[in-house]
Amino acid sequence: MFKHLAASIRGVGHRTTEGIWQLGHATRFFLLVLLKSGTSFRRFGLVIRELYYVGVLSLIIIVVSGLFVGMVLGLQGYETLQKYGSESAVGTLVALSLVRELGPVVAALLFASRAGSAITAEIGLMKATEQLAAMGMMAVDPVARVVAPRFWAGVISMPFLAAIFSVMGVFGGYLVTVTFIGVDAGSFWSQMQSNVDFRIDILNGFIKSCFFGVAVTAIAVFEGYDSPPTAEGVSGATTRTVVTSSLVILGLDFILTAFMFRGI
Amino acid sequence: MIQRRTLDFWVGLFVMAGIAALMFLSLKVGNLDTYGIADSYVIKGNFDNIGGLKIRAPVKSSGVVVGRVADIQFSTSTYDAIVTMNIDSRYQFPRDTFASILTAGLLGEQYIGLAAGGDEAMLKEGDTIMKTNSAMVLEEMIGRFLFDKASEDNDF
Repeated sequence: MFKHLAASIRGVGHRTTEGIWQLGHATRFFLLVLLKSGTSFRRFGLVIRELYYVGVLSLIIIVVSGLFVGMVLGLQGYETLQKYGSESAVGTLVALSLVRELGPVVAALLFASRAGSAITAEIGLMKATEQLAAMGMMAVDPVARVVAPRFWAGVISMPFLAAIFSVMGVFGGYLVTVTFIGVDAGSFWSQMQSNVDFRIDILNGFIKSCFFGVAVTAIAVFEGYDSPPTAEGVSGATTRTVVTSSLVILGLDFILTAFMFRGI
Repeated sequence: MIQRRTLDFWVGLFVMAGIAALMFLSLKVGNLDTYGIADSYVIKGNFDNIGGLKIRAPVKSSGVVVGRVADIQFSTSTYDAIVTMNIDSRYQFPRDTFASILTAGLLGEQYIGLAAGGDEAMLKEGDTIMKTNSAMVLEEMIGRFLFDKASEDNDF
């Protein structure tokens, strides 16, 4: 009886220290990546190559999802607002919800599953096939050569992707409410313009997307570099990247929103 | 392996699209370009009650936006609200212009409506509008209605 109790307590303690140890490991790896980022900027071609795989190839999913999210927002917003006779405020609704929340958050979630998982799988597989070890043998630092360019490519492309997502969403909302339903185009834009503030809404949304970019890519490169060098290990790391990034994005979003819009 | 030239092209296109999206958001959605009207003059108005008027609310005349509310302050000497407005200098208004706080729709935002008077002299920078009309406050309106109703009933 007493033995079982002690064992379960030890289990809790073990899991806690393991978690904290892992967190510290991730933080040290993150600092190491930052420390060895010099190469990425001296040889910017490395980052450009990764920008193509991380940013350009994510465009399709970002553009299409942004368009449809905006269209749905427009439809739903119109349905509700017209009950109160203020359907001209639909532009404000679409723009504010996209710029403040949905743009950065949904773009980051899509980015985590589209690009983050690819980064993890690539680095994990390179580790499993001992390409990273081979690089080390040739005195090429794998963190500087492989990890840092991917990290910076993700950090650079995330704000752009979020902005493109928001613009496509506004365009989708415009398409549905103005072109199909027939809300006045003038009041759609003017209500939006008078209620969306550059500093409070757009700049804060941009800052959010920068934070998400750092978080998602840091998690992705860490999971890849840390994955057990087996097929099972790589698949597990890829799954963990998507799950952890999504949770971190949503949690971070709440914290950032609390700071930005409540002025704590 | 993708060619370096095509790679550069696509990445350049991506970055340009991103910057264009940011520009679109700040200029078209956030309306940064008309943040401060380039050429404007300042007039003031004292209102007994501004209701829900906010800074950056539009100032309209005949439904056309002619300026924006720049500042709202409370005066402890006259115990009313001083609203400072930036008016586009293309639009000149007579001295006896009537300013009232109106509401767009039933639940819409509040704005200042200017109705031009007949005076020869025009409002200049820093002038104060003499004739103002406060915002409609629903409670006061209902209160007045009930009061009128009660006094009507007493006539019998």
